[in-house]
Amino acid sequence: MRLPRRYLTQRIAKILIWMGALSTIGVMIMILFQVLREGIPALHPRFFLDSPRDMGREGGILSSIVGTAALTLLAVFVATPLGVGTAIFLREYTRESRISRIIRFGTDCLSGVPSIIFGLFGFVFFVIYLKMGWSILSGGLTVAAMILPTIISTTEEAIKGIPRSYREVSYSLGGNKWQTVTHAILPNALPGIFTGVILSVGRSIGETAAVILTAGSSLLMPTSLFSPTRTMSVHFYILAREGISMEMAYGTGAALILLVLLINTVANTLLNRYIRHRT
Amino acid sequence: MDIKEKLIEKTLLVIALSSITILALITFFIFEEGLPLIWKVGPRAFILGNRWVPSQGSFGIFPMIVSSFWVTFGALLLGIPLGLACTIFLCELTPPSIGLFLRPAIHLLAAIPSVIYGFWGLVVLVPLVRNYLGGPGLSILSGSIILGFMILPTIISISEDSIKALPKTYKEGALALGATHWQTIWRVMIPAARSGIVASIILGMGRAIGETMAMIMILGNAVKMPSSFLDSARTLTTNIGIEMGYASGDHRHALFATAIVLFIIIMILNSAAILLSRRRGGG
Repeated sequence: MRLPRRYLTQRIAKILIWMGALSTIGVMIMILFQVLREGIPALHPRFFLDSPRDMGREGGILSSIVGTAALTLLAVFVATPLGVGTAIFLREYTRESRISRIIRFGTDCLSGVPSIIFGLFGFVFFVIYLKMGWSILSGGLTVAAMILPTIISTTEEAIKGIPRSYREVSYSLGGNKWQTVTHAILPNALPGIFTGVILSVGRSIGETAAVILTAGSSLLMPTSLFSPTRTMSVHFYILAREGISMEMAYGTGAALILLVLLINTVANTLLNRYIRHRT
Repeated sequence: MDIKEKLIEKTLLVIALSSITILALITFFIFEEGLPLIWKVGPRAFILGNRWVPSQGSFGIFPMIVSSFWVTFGALLLGIPLGLACTIFLCELTPPSIGLFLRPAIHLLAAIPSVIYGFWGLVVLVPLVRNYLGGPGLSILSGSIILGFMILPTIISISEDSIKALPKTYKEGALALGATHWQTIWRVMIPAARSGIVASIILGMGRAIGETMAMIMILGNAVKMPSSFLDSARTLTTNIGIEMGYASGDHRHALFATAIVLFIIIMILNSAAILLSRRRGGG
């Protein structure tokens, strides 16, 4: 029996869509597999515990790990209060108004600004104008500006999901607005906020363009927030682009991917548990 | 008590203004650093000039603007069909077992650092292009392919949201009228969600134009007008990324001026996307 044409079209379309979806997964697996296969052999414990020597040809990546961790922590510590505060203001303290529209527009635009522009901005503003030099501080603040929109939007989503009745109960018990926020809203939005923070951590670790212009590329062990540093992504970029050592580049790349995989899995698990808990 | 509440509200307002303040600071400092040079060279000569030789003081970025659009166009050519396929797949066709796999995969696609994409492009894709299609391999084609995958998460997540936001009755109505599942998707659901889908594509375009590190590693960075997809190229972003390390004086200001052009393009795209998604929300 011949299929009517519309069923034939449907079959072809569905096959194409399957191919598209599967090839997307395929390419992603290829990228991960390639870097991990070449890189994992380099990941012996010394790689994580030694500082780089000879421009990164020898030794490990300890100073990069420390620099990455410090910069990321700083970025998250600065951006989280700002982001959560903004979300609370937008959701709990104002209705659709001119001011909230301006804030939303600013946030949306900020999330689309390319990282190289954040880098240039961080360079003139933090490094030169505020005289912080190439440092963890300049880099962390620049990255904080970059991740702010992510934290705002995930917190807003989390607050949006809290049933009205929670607020009504709090008010009916005589709570004022701030008490409602701290006792009813924030505790319930916490898992959502946490997910946003974890996603931002991933983004800070992977960021290169903005960090290389603001935190520098020094391989020395950072001693304070004012030390310049070379984060893992920047280290990976320099090793690979300048052809310093492919072996070390693959190792650093594999470490980066494993870190991002771990962070993403944690965020996904949390998010899933949170969604299941809510519904 | 009342004073405390007022104080908290004002503090939160100040905090909430931080993102718009950052945006204003970025705009101010980029323009302050770059604008004088644009006036010095002349806006026309800067934007439409073909020669970029900083040591001789000639700053023309037209080839870079053209290259940026070529690379972005190529990325969209790959990213739009793949993105739509994944979106439809996720919304309508996924067997739960694969959906469980595809969704985290797409999240991960967004989380992989751009230097990793660049590196993979450099060691896997570039040799392939060089051996099978000729040319230097470091080319617009290689860059477009990598960018096509990098913008997928943006396209998928936003268009998926806009399809999910459609009233169930659209689908049910179409099916009840005897349309096949595919006709329902293609003739009813996609057109109904089109402003969100277009917004997602515009945002993807913004991401593609703004991508830097991966493009530095793949495009080959030749400053010339591209004549084919197999040519090396230098985009607005890679121009900044490569030369910022050692530029000084007028040269550095010229890089900030490049950033102004990039910033304006991005802002136009952003605003278009925001307007479109507002309209979807029904005002």
